[in-house]
Amino acid sequence: MSPVTSQTSRAGTGDTGDTAPEILLDCADVTVVGHPSAVEIISEVSLKVRRGQILGLVGESGSGKTTLGLALLAHQKRATTISAGEITVGEHQLLGRDERTVRQLRGRAVAYIPQSPASALNPALRLRTQLQEALGSAGADGRLPEGTTIETRVREVLREVALPDDDVFLNRYPHQLSGGQQQRVAIAMAFIGYPELIVLDEPTTGLDVTTQAHVLDTIRAMTGEYGVSGVYISHDMAVVSQLSDEIAVMYRGELVEQGPARSLLRDPQHAYTRRLLAAVPRLHTDGAPDPYLDGGTVPARSRSVTDSAEHDADSMPLLRVRDLAARYGRTTVLHDINLDVHRGECVALLGESGSGKTTLSRAVVGLHRQFSGQLQLDGQPLATSSYRRDCTQRRRVQYIFQNPYEALNPRQRVSELILRPLRHLCGRVEDPERVVAASLEQVSLPARYASRFPDQLSGGERQRVSIARAIATQPDLLICDEITSALDVSVQAAIVDVLRSLQQEGLALLFVTHNIALVSNVAQRVAVLNTGEIVEHGPVAEVLAQPSHPYTRALIADAPSFEAA
Amino acid sequence: MAPEAGVRAGRSERSALLRLVAGRLLLGLLTLWAVSVVVFLATQALPGDAARSVLGREATPERLDALREQLNLYDPLAVQYGKWLVGVLTLDFGVSFANQAPVAEYLAPRIANSLWLMGIAAVVATPVALFLGAYSAVRRDRVVDHATSLATLVMASLPEFVVGICLILLLSTGWLSLFPPVFGGDSGQVWASPGELVLPVLTLAIAVSPPIVRMMRASMIEVLESEYVQQARLKGLPERVVLLRHAAPNAIGPVAQVIALQLAWLAGGVVAVEFLFRFPGVGLALMDAVQGRDVPMVQAVVLLIAAVYILVNLLADIVGLAANPKVRVRSA
Amino acid sequence: MSVRNVRSVRTNADPSPAAQSADPVETSRPIGLFRTAWGHGRTKVGLGLVATVVAIAVFGPLLSPHTPTEFVGPPNQSQVDGLLFGTDDVGRDVWSRFLNGGLTLLLLSLSAALGGVAVGALLGIVAGYRRGWLDNTIMRTNDVVLAFPQLIAALLVVSIIGPRVWLIVIVVAITHAPRVARVIREATLRVVEQDFIKAAESIGVARWRIMLREILPNITSPLLVELGLRLTYSIGLVAVLGFLGMGMEPPTPDWGMMINENRLAITIQPWAVALPVAAIAVLTIGANLVTDGLSRAAIGIDRGVQE
Repeated sequence: MSPVTSQTSRAGTGDTGDTAPEILLDCADVTVVGHPSAVEIISEVSLKVRRGQILGLVGESGSGKTTLGLALLAHQKRATTISAGEITVGEHQLLGRDERTVRQLRGRAVAYIPQSPASALNPALRLRTQLQEALGSAGADGRLPEGTTIETRVREVLREVALPDDDVFLNRYPHQLSGGQQQRVAIAMAFIGYPELIVLDEPTTGLDVTTQAHVLDTIRAMTGEYGVSGVYISHDMAVVSQLSDEIAVMYRGELVEQGPARSLLRDPQHAYTRRLLAAVPRLHTDGAPDPYLDGGTVPARSRSVTDSAEHDADSMPLLRVRDLAARYGRTTVLHDINLDVHRGECVALLGESGSGKTTLSRAVVGLHRQFSGQLQLDGQPLATSSYRRDCTQRRRVQYIFQNPYEALNPRQRVSELILRPLRHLCGRVEDPERVVAASLEQVSLPARYASRFPDQLSGGERQRVSIARAIATQPDLLICDEITSALDVSVQAAIVDVLRSLQQEGLALLFVTHNIALVSNVAQRVAVLNTGEIVEHGPVAEVLAQPSHPYTRALIADAPSFEAA
Repeated sequence: MAPEAGVRAGRSERSALLRLVAGRLLLGLLTLWAVSVVVFLATQALPGDAARSVLGREATPERLDALREQLNLYDPLAVQYGKWLVGVLTLDFGVSFANQAPVAEYLAPRIANSLWLMGIAAVVATPVALFLGAYSAVRRDRVVDHATSLATLVMASLPEFVVGICLILLLSTGWLSLFPPVFGGDSGQVWASPGELVLPVLTLAIAVSPPIVRMMRASMIEVLESEYVQQARLKGLPERVVLLRHAAPNAIGPVAQVIALQLAWLAGGVVAVEFLFRFPGVGLALMDAVQGRDVPMVQAVVLLIAAVYILVNLLADIVGLAANPKVRVRSA
Repeated sequence: MSVRNVRSVRTNADPSPAAQSADPVETSRPIGLFRTAWGHGRTKVGLGLVATVVAIAVFGPLLSPHTPTEFVGPPNQSQVDGLLFGTDDVGRDVWSRFLNGGLTLLLLSLSAALGGVAVGALLGIVAGYRRGWLDNTIMRTNDVVLAFPQLIAALLVVSIIGPRVWLIVIVVAITHAPRVARVIREATLRVVEQDFIKAAESIGVARWRIMLREILPNITSPLLVELGLRLTYSIGLVAVLGFLGMGMEPPTPDWGMMINENRLAITIQPWAVALPVAAIAVLTIGANLVTDGLSRAAIGIDRGVQE
């Protein structure tokens, strides 16, 4: 849905009709400082939101967007203080009021929808209690319409977010709900007291694409129906572009740009906004360019060339997976998996969490042993456990992990991190310093990083070191397990660039991801994995342009993108 | 999810919890059995002849022989153990070497005395400790919090007999002769002389509280920092409701386990305290038996303390599992 | 899998500006732990207290005016000419016995703590990393040892074999081991579930080498904290064994035993009890303060710069 249609649909519920609606939220020069360092977490942020409109607040992690969101409810996290500024919602001034007044305004003037409902709903209280008490303060001063009791209001709002409203449901505890249901409860809880402004703090992060689409629909419908204003905090440009009338961009605690959604997306003024927009992976329906055809580069390493001279590259794939079925204990998580990866090719394995994509990639590298079927590297069978593979086989297949914060031993320097596996797999290393420097250069890191410990690196830099560690051993196949999902968008784009250049040098990639837009940027072929089975398999261009399986079609439809905006 | 699915989920959750509890119980029984073997082997099979140690150096061979017969020392080890275990299961722990009375008979009133002592200490210590912990958490990084933290740290460091002696030095010597330094009450009815009980109870309470205070503080802080407490505040709930309804119930779960563990600790800690105050309980009985090499008595008391210890630990486990509704699902 | 996602979201924080601007600092981590611990005031106070008592125990014998066993006056006198703190229950010099009575306590508790932590760490790492039947066997055996309160286990063994110095060390160490193993196993589990362990496994690094090179360096903080804690408890245990008459053979001077010998006359000659009690109290408080400083530092360090 484009912002244009959502704007017109909401205009009818606005108070002032067809002229520009009045300003509801006026946030002026708000500054929040941290203790005891006295660092400004956000500095002099000013923004306005008109009645019935949604402002998208975009920024990467650490930009201060959540701090600002909480400040809009006059809430300061421990060790932070709102040191300056004014916030007005409707006729209510929020800052500088006594605790009791602020408390009464919360849930009534401003409500909050948290990032992860799994931790924001009290695990020890039934849904009924948590929903009713949200209304408690609001209901007390007569906000409820005539003839509505707290009980009926609770049920009504549950129906509105498409949840069951019976006693059985109300008697449940939060952990008995799915992630999507929990988020709907949180939405219901925010809307229950008829607030004028709603702050949504990344309400769909951590949800599957399909669930995310449903939750976004609910949010869109509810804000429209109640005619409330919203501040939608997110790191995801695509999601924001779908929902917002206006967009504000935050960078390192400052608001760098604000404007109507359409013009900001078309014509970003600030350099950071431009970078942010450029980094968002877009869904190409023609797939990623083949580095051989596109770049015209011949594989750089002579080793790959001689290898492919020995075997006919077309008939003998580098990695061949045949009839693979994998289990966890007694549960089968993968069945009938057939997959080939050829030299210098990038194959994407696309699936949502729980689809078994990580299990498959771990089976390939010998970390998941409970599987049957065949794995072949260059026609040679691979043993199930990495410990029973020979040294060359282990060297030729390397694995890069999802979370860069956990993939590097925090007690080793970067140089050790790169050299230890190398020595283990290839024996003595001549001129170790040069090897480390060369590997770091391949991932665009300066050689002086060799003496750093992992916690002196950012997430993106850590992931580069992981890649450097893998390619130092000169593998033929690199398995990348969601390696960009823990990173910010701009960092993500840089990592994808590194992967592309590696592929140009002749490396084959098995790129595991849940992000369909990323697939179209990196891979030449894609296999779509759904509940343990490959439901679709083919060149990226074909699969994305004409998906044959309903699951693939749903994935493509649910993927947020701002092509339409 | 259909409504029935939820009910079914609830039921399977409960049965999963039951299975888990049954598993722990079985494990506890197994441990108890292993402990009985260890106690038996330690006391009966290690070097040193029980009969000789009872009768002393100048015992005649005939008397030694008779006593060995009585103690089943001529049977193979397994048979000895079997006979002993059957006795234990029927609460027959044999006859005390020291006073020739059945061990069970001698111990029964002392067990009651010790239970009184521990019970009063627990009842005094737990609520105070919980309140102190929660209060320091709410007043985090203020003076009260720092003072509590330092005081608990100091008290946690001291061995229980040191606490007891400090109390004696403070309260029973010099100008303040408030309470008697040793228990002088009637060994049949210890609760009849409350003044005599003050020092032993206070010693145990001080020794047992610090971990509870610290755990309650840590747990409460974690809960206060949690997103659901933040959400409760953002809903506009009064602070009293936030603390009592949202924070405290979630904070007590993990602490319940520590409380149970501390009660288990009492079972062992009571020995030195009873010895210090000459309080007529199992601890003192154990020390007398150990000094007199009264093997059946030592066996009985050690087994008893171990059993209580295992039982309360088991309770701690189950409390820990049941306290958090999330754990039930995750562990299922 | 969803758990993994949540965690990755949570840890996805920008590095603090300090980490970005700072040039690589050439420090190794364990030194960092001590340095951070030193920053807490309580660590300094604790070390001061421990050092004082250690100095008394080590140099005391050189300064003692009398031998610890010679009779110098009537028993239980708190004021005797020429004696600082009077005489004990049989007429020996309290001050001399005090100065001579600490060294064995220190040595015994230190070796028991070291032994217990070493054995416990080994068991904990193996159990936590290898899992399966090995883990089960180790932890179930631990449960049996854990079923005895430490003091009861020590009493049981010492009462049967008799009070021997080596026996006290071994018993205390053995009762420490399963408790240490539990903590270290938990710490190992947290390390093992991180991907760098899998990275090493995927290239076939030998298991023992993974335990030594990848796991051990990452659990030094809990290990040091355990050592401090076990040292505190060892001091308490060895002292209480002496107090219960299960430690040294009389007339050897020993703080725990001194308390026991003189406690009946506590109202007329409090020094003979107060001195050793104060020493034990200062020692355990000091050790615990250091432990607390270490554990605070460890929490900070394990969280890393990201927080």
